[in-house]
Amino acid sequence: MASFEGRTALITGAGRGQGRSHALRFAERGADLILCDIDSDLDTVPYGLSRRSDLDETVELAEAAGARVMARVADVRDTAALDGLVADGIDSFGKIDIAVANAGIAGISTVAEMSDEAWGNMIDINLSGVFKTLRAVTPHMAGRGYGRMIATSSIVARQGSPNIGHYVAAKWGVLGLVKSLALEMAENGVTVNAVCPTSVDTAMIQNEAFRDLFLPDRDEYTLEDVERAYTELNPIPIPWVQPEDISDAVLFLASDEARFITGEAVPVALGWNARTAA
Amino acid sequence: MGRFEGRKVLVTGGARGQGRNHALRFAREGADVAVIDSVAGEIETVPYPIAEPEDLDRTVELIEAEGRSALAEVADVRSAEQMDGAVARIAERFGRIDVLVVNAGICTFGPIESMDRDLWQTMIDVNLTGAFNSVRPVVPLMLEHGFGRIVATSSMAGRAGWENIGHYAASKWGLIGMVKSLALEVADRGVTANVICPSSVNTPMMHNDSSYRLFRPDLENPTMEDALPAFQSVNVLPVPYAETDDISDAVLFLASEEARYITGATLSPSTGVNARNV
Ligand SMILES: NC(=O)c1ccc[n+]([C@@H]2O[C@H](COP(=O)([O-])OP(=O)(O)OC[C@H]3O[C@@H](n4cnc5c(N)ncnc54)[C@H](O)[C@@H]3O)[C@@H](O)[C@H]2O)c1
Ligand SMILES: NC(=O)c1ccc[n+]([C@@H]2O[C@H](COP(=O)([O-])OP(=O)(O)OC[C@H]3O[C@@H](n4cnc5c(N)ncnc54)[C@H](O)[C@@H]3O)[C@@H](O)[C@H]2O)c1
Repeated sequence: MASFEGRTALITGAGRGQGRSHALRFAERGADLILCDIDSDLDTVPYGLSRRSDLDETVELAEAAGARVMARVADVRDTAALDGLVADGIDSFGKIDIAVANAGIAGISTVAEMSDEAWGNMIDINLSGVFKTLRAVTPHMAGRGYGRMIATSSIVARQGSPNIGHYVAAKWGVLGLVKSLALEMAENGVTVNAVCPTSVDTAMIQNEAFRDLFLPDRDEYTLEDVERAYTELNPIPIPWVQPEDISDAVLFLASDEARFITGEAVPVALGWNARTAA
Repeated sequence: MGRFEGRKVLVTGGARGQGRNHALRFAREGADVAVIDSVAGEIETVPYPIAEPEDLDRTVELIEAEGRSALAEVADVRSAEQMDGAVARIAERFGRIDVLVVNAGICTFGPIESMDRDLWQTMIDVNLTGAFNSVRPVVPLMLEHGFGRIVATSSMAGRAGWENIGHYAASKWGLIGMVKSLALEVADRGVTANVICPSSVNTPMMHNDSSYRLFRPDLENPTMEDALPAFQSVNVLPVPYAETDDISDAVLFLASEEARYITGATLSPSTGVNARNV
């Protein structure tokens, strides 16, 4: 298994879920960490986002795994906050080797009924937030001639999906951004890739709004009903993967074993992608 | 401890090149490895020599030098009968087959407008029907054990058109279609099936006069030195080709526990050529 001893990884959205899992897996393999998350909710997101206390807990766990950690509340929509995080991170650890643009939100609405605000928040966080995160580390990585950037897209970025058109559009956009940046960074020793998860067992889907979306005709349902509905999406018949399963792919892309993989989107998707072109 | 301790692996086209390297890398990580190759020295329509019997012997020696058991079978992937027999003998000795690497292949050149019928037919027979003949007898064995990892070697020419190798591109696109379909069929029974898509790889398939001529049609007798810049110009990362180890890294990842929820996917250790693609 790849070692990340002496490496520094920046991870956005690290307060919980996949971001926390990536942080802990990098920590266990020897990396130091620069982490951020938001500390407030959004009107257009039908479930709560991380709190400062979530991020603090990630820090505690990562430190217990042996990592040095710099963490702060920073919104990926805020260019100054991200640039400051990167600058201070480089001050603390000397460099950033790996950047994981993971922070994201979900929302539910048909395109016909979607508000400007719902669309705007989605694009601002899930697409522009990835752009701002990756841009913030680009000069540093290009200058050092080394870097591994990984963005979290989604398997819905291989198709259309009703009721989450803004999410789908943002995640397709992430792939376009990743591939273009991969071409721009190719001469600089920097690879840029994406992971495309199917449903992941995190707060993003384990909430009432998403359960209602999956079982629209039911007033009452059990967890089993929910699992059955999610399982129908996946050729490998389980409802969702765990955050650690996504970390496996992220760590592979960050390792030396993937040195000649760039501009790629790796689907950790229980075979969903077997039904799509890519 | 290796990731494949106790696993039984079968590699087609394992006498040399990428196939030999995959075999050695699996052995190094604890697997017993069987290789199948036609070792015919030459094959109609192919302008460069394919593997000789000594190559296959050498692969066996190298696997055994890693302290693992090796099996070798001579069979032409075009022959269902030979492949069924070879797989049955390997299964008999190994008890099962956990990992199948569908790697045997050829490359020939010519524009569609003037392509000889047998150039087309041999290509489809080896690269596409040969892949089916390799997968067909192995899948039932895997299903019987409720476990299997299939990794097939396509190419970046399996994701785009390419002048003068239309038949090769057709065979490699077809391979992806077969593997995605297979992935869906076996997803609920413990077997994954994925594809890797390299660009140029440092093997005899790339290093021969006819391949140099494909890349330098302007020269009558191009040398390797003439061809290398042209090889590199196809790639995105500034290298003329990947090493076999880079392809093995991707194959072993897809065969590993870390990729258990990845199936029906293409992964491109292609030095970034896929950044220009979906
Ligand atoms: N859970 C799924 O089913 C699923 C599937 C495919 C892709 N994804 C993607 O995976 C990534 C991680 O999501 P998750 O599943 O761990 O869900 P999550 O909600 O648990 O984690 C997302 C994290 O991002 C943070 N965040 C949201 N907006 C932010 C902002 N403006 N600035 C900084 N941080 C912000 C949240 O507070 C949260 O900690 C997201 O990009 C998501 O779109 C999730
Ligand atoms: N080398 C490259 O640039 C490149 C690029 C992309 C994809 N590929 C693919 O990678 C795979 C491995 O090729 P390589 O680069 O190692 O080339 P190679 O020529 O060194 O190896 C191919 C092996 O397949 C065997 N083989 C050929 N025809 C056979 C048949 N009918 N039955 C059984 N065995 C047969 C050969 O004897 C040889 O050992 C092929 O599928 C090829 O199309 C190669």
